[in-house]
Amino acid sequence: MAKFTSSISKGAGSLLNWFDDRLPVTKFWNATMTGYMAPKNFNFWYYMGSLALLVLVIQIFSGILLAMHYKPSAEEAFASVEYIMRDVDWGWLIRYMHTTGASFFFILIYLHMFRSLLYGSHKAPRELLWVFGMFIYVALMAEAFLGYILPWGQMSYWGAQVIINLFGALPKIGEPLTQWIRGDYFISDATLNRFFALHIIAVPLALLGLVLLHLVALRENGSNNPDGIEIKKNKDADGKPLDGIPFHPYYTVKDIFGVGMFLIVFSFVLFLWPEAGGLFLEHDNFVPANPLVTPEHIKPVWYFTPFYAILKAVPDKLMGVLLMGASVAILFFLPWIDRSPVKSIRYRGLWYKVLLALFTIAFVRLGLLGMAEGTPAQTWEMRVWTLVYFMFFVLLFFMSPGGKTKPVPDRVTH
Amino acid sequence: MSSDDVNKGRRRFLVATTSVVGGVGVGLAAIPFIKSWMPSAKAQAVGAPVEVNIGKLKEGQLLKVQWRGQTIGILRRSQEMVSNLAKNAEVLADPQSAAAEQPEYVQGDPRALNPEFLVVNMHCTHLGCVPQMVPQVGPQPFDAEWNGGFYCPCHKSKFDLSGRVYKGVPAPTNLRIPPYSFLDERTLMIGVSPQGAV
Repeated sequence: MAKFTSSISKGAGSLLNWFDDRLPVTKFWNATMTGYMAPKNFNFWYYMGSLALLVLVIQIFSGILLAMHYKPSAEEAFASVEYIMRDVDWGWLIRYMHTTGASFFFILIYLHMFRSLLYGSHKAPRELLWVFGMFIYVALMAEAFLGYILPWGQMSYWGAQVIINLFGALPKIGEPLTQWIRGDYFISDATLNRFFALHIIAVPLALLGLVLLHLVALRENGSNNPDGIEIKKNKDADGKPLDGIPFHPYYTVKDIFGVGMFLIVFSFVLFLWPEAGGLFLEHDNFVPANPLVTPEHIKPVWYFTPFYAILKAVPDKLMGVLLMGASVAILFFLPWIDRSPVKSIRYRGLWYKVLLALFTIAFVRLGLLGMAEGTPAQTWEMRVWTLVYFMFFVLLFFMSPGGKTKPVPDRVTH
Repeated sequence: MSSDDVNKGRRRFLVATTSVVGGVGVGLAAIPFIKSWMPSAKAQAVGAPVEVNIGKLKEGQLLKVQWRGQTIGILRRSQEMVSNLAKNAEVLADPQSAAAEQPEYVQGDPRALNPEFLVVNMHCTHLGCVPQMVPQVGPQPFDAEWNGGFYCPCHKSKFDLSGRVYKGVPAPTNLRIPPYSFLDERTLMIGVSPQGAV
């Protein structure tokens, strides 16, 4: 036990000791923060994870407050959202926090995933870390879809209609399955009520569990870094990685700086541009749900549009649904599709840079086309980019084992 | 107890049988909770037929009503619209409605008891949106040789004025026709077939 000079710290120290004898507080802090050595060459891309965690907290916090005023019934839902916006003190702030948070969550997650493609963070020994991350991404898509139904506007209603009917494309079990999901023969009060339960309890619980697994798996092997070098290979006499620095205080301080910058951007959208021109909150959703009229131009929120474009590109119901499902599912297998001996893009050949650039353009273009009206020319363009999207994985599988690489240094670069 | 005394075969058997019996038990116990998601007795009961007065419907006018939560369209077609139907066979995927969900008593191009009145379930057979009626014949942004029909804004499926699906669109089958009958010349009953019909 350490010897304390001042009585104040002695008091605090003995309180900590009391806890340490009963709960591994210090042990946990040392193992995950001060004793956890992270590579010293993190850059901008390494902000996204901690910021996503911040947004998760914002969503849970604002969501709890919204649930206190929202009414999950087809009769009252739309009006209760208007009530929150107009009559509840600061209700508009809480709701806009939640809607802005949803879109920012996806921005951060997409950047976070792109970082893996840049630096090979999904490669061994971090395959499970990536797979847990993919489960988080899928759970987040479910959470966003379920939440989008709740305001019971036109887009809520018809979005739910389209997405639930996707399951109806499956042979034999499709129709009963859609009834089971809706709890009715059409989108109704029963559907809204259960989606509320899933949105505020079931999926958030699953998300928290998955985030925990993601973090435990991260701490097990440590972060990758922009050079894609395992820092544990070069240790000093004490067994500490030469290129590592303690996560606390170095990266906690870095992340707090990131939080500050992020909150500036977040607040700008939240206070001045919450609808983001119809991207974050769609215009048609300010009209109450009407089962008789489909809005003229129906599209999902921006974060789903790349996959929606793949659905629209295929002129066959079942094939379209399967291909859209495959476009998400294939990402789970990325660690085994990418067979390159080198992790980071810095030491891969030109072929990988070209592939990744094409894949990125395909994803963005599909996202834009998924929002568009859909002229025949656009349909053909969607087909081209859908092909590019899938060819990325095919070519990566075949080119990565023998593709040209550069020599990887032993130590991280500056 | 030393490990020499352990009967490994028996232990494996007991672990395996306990797991199987426990697994089956958990599976059976899950049934009530999975079943609780199915449409409730109340939801199943709301299925009464709907009576619709069509006396005031003008030529070319579309009336939408709800039956069992579905949007049912009633379109009064002009002579020209009905005679145009036969011209569509080439562009349609299933002009004879062989694969369509429809009662036996609606046949041929008009798909109606009375060719003048089309009674159709408006939900697109792709993903359930309600297509818009675009009755004009002539070039449209979505089709240069449009012969009048329904156009789905969601995923660009096209149907003619009998609700028959075009080739090369995502919707797999023609729009569905619900069971219906005429109580008299001006009154439709949606959800009830004509007497004697199946």
